[in-house]
Amino acid sequence: MTKRLLALTVNGRMREDAVAANLLLLDYLRGTAGLTGTKQGCDGGECGACTVLIDGQPRLACITLAAACEGRVVETIESLAIEGRMSRLQQAFHEKLGTQCGFCTPGMIMAAEALLRRNPRPTDADIREALSGNLCRCTGYVKIIESVHAAAGG
Amino acid sequence: MERMPQFDLRRPASIAEAAALLAAEPGARLLAGGTDLLPKMRRGIERPPVLVDLGAVRDISRIDYADAGLALGAGVTLSQLAMDGRIVHHHRAIAEAARSVAGPGHRSAATIGGNLCLDTRCVFYNQSEWWRATNHYCLKLGGDVCHVAPQGSHCHAAFCGDLAPALLVLGASVELCASRGARVIPLSDLYRDDGVAHLTLEPDEVLVRVLVPARSPALVSGYRKARARGAIDFPLAGVACAVVARNGVLAELKVALTGTNSRPILLTGTEALVGRVIDEATLSALGKLVQKQASPMRTTVTQSNYRRQVAAALAQRLVCELAGYEPSAARASMS
Repeated sequence: MTKRLLALTVNGRMREDAVAANLLLLDYLRGTAGLTGTKQGCDGGECGACTVLIDGQPRLACITLAAACEGRVVETIESLAIEGRMSRLQQAFHEKLGTQCGFCTPGMIMAAEALLRRNPRPTDADIREALSGNLCRCTGYVKIIESVHAAAGG
Repeated sequence: MERMPQFDLRRPASIAEAAALLAAEPGARLLAGGTDLLPKMRRGIERPPVLVDLGAVRDISRIDYADAGLALGAGVTLSQLAMDGRIVHHHRAIAEAARSVAGPGHRSAATIGGNLCLDTRCVFYNQSEWWRATNHYCLKLGGDVCHVAPQGSHCHAAFCGDLAPALLVLGASVELCASRGARVIPLSDLYRDDGVAHLTLEPDEVLVRVLVPARSPALVSGYRKARARGAIDFPLAGVACAVVARNGVLAELKVALTGTNSRPILLTGTEALVGRVIDEATLSALGKLVQKQASPMRTTVTQSNYRRQVAAALAQRLVCELAGYEPSAARASMS
């Protein structure tokens, strides 16, 4: 199958890669770009573990074609920490025990990141709605919601 | 899930180019948000040789307001619809329906055009290749028998798009473009009662705009759905209502359903309720209208009779809410 040149920005850096038409963004990020922080969960758009930001919006990398991200700005969990220092949201998940096994955490944090950029002081209902597409099988969600509140300073 | 099959990807810069590609490539499919199509391709349900990605067509994601009404580009995302202040205020059913679709990660990708052209769904169809093969496939894809109604020769897969009923009660029409020209049809004419081929869209036509006429400021609308999983799920039954109520009397009433039939339906007979006082008798008549025209089959794991009853209850509650009517304790507990 012929490949096409894909030019996009990933975590602040311009990249150009030859990609097959059927390559999913999830496989591009993990396999081509080596960014394995984005997790493959249900792999069918139902669990949110692969949530990344495209042009600032939360998107599911497992049901997005890499080639459709031409010219877009993609952000993954790896973009949040700066020089090894966790972001406020990551720190809050750590301190409030918002993460247990950790598998859903990158998706949770990216979905919450999109929320906090749009709405820095979210209510409980805002947080629940923003995370409604992200499944966690460990925490029961309470600690996750507390973590987002903590990151928002509440 | 299975590997994504191979296909050729085209990224046209205009609708005209997209329509020409559809006309030139039999079996080509349009790709917008991809939230339904791409999982179905991985399940082997769809095997298009060519995908025509509309992501590079820039002029289809606009929301335009004019005196004549609202024009929504087919590429407007469900997030845009859910968050647009004027839509939330003046066309609430659209915003509520958009907000009720899946999760934020889907809504920021999924488009109004894709949601209106959403494939019908069935518990015997939306399965993996091996599941469907083990079940000898079904009438909708690859088989001869509808497992929902094995005696018949009709596919009963249900249309489950949330936006269609909201737009139906607001009198929307859709603009379709092909290489040979464009046409505008009422939204209800986009659908037919056939689970296999529920869209009247020609293979080379592209839905480009949704037109919602300006309405009386007194008209209020809303959308409610019942679903198995509260966070993300297709409707077991979804109901949109548009109501004008004056002094407790229905001056206008439109009701539309999704999730219950192979196409979204604008309820007929609601004009008989116009002019009536909103009371228990009127609500009961509304419930009967819904139950008569909703025809859910066993396309989900939830009992079809429950879906019929819940559609009626949702319609009654929504009309009460929109008209500011407090139902009696007896009805509230009944529905």
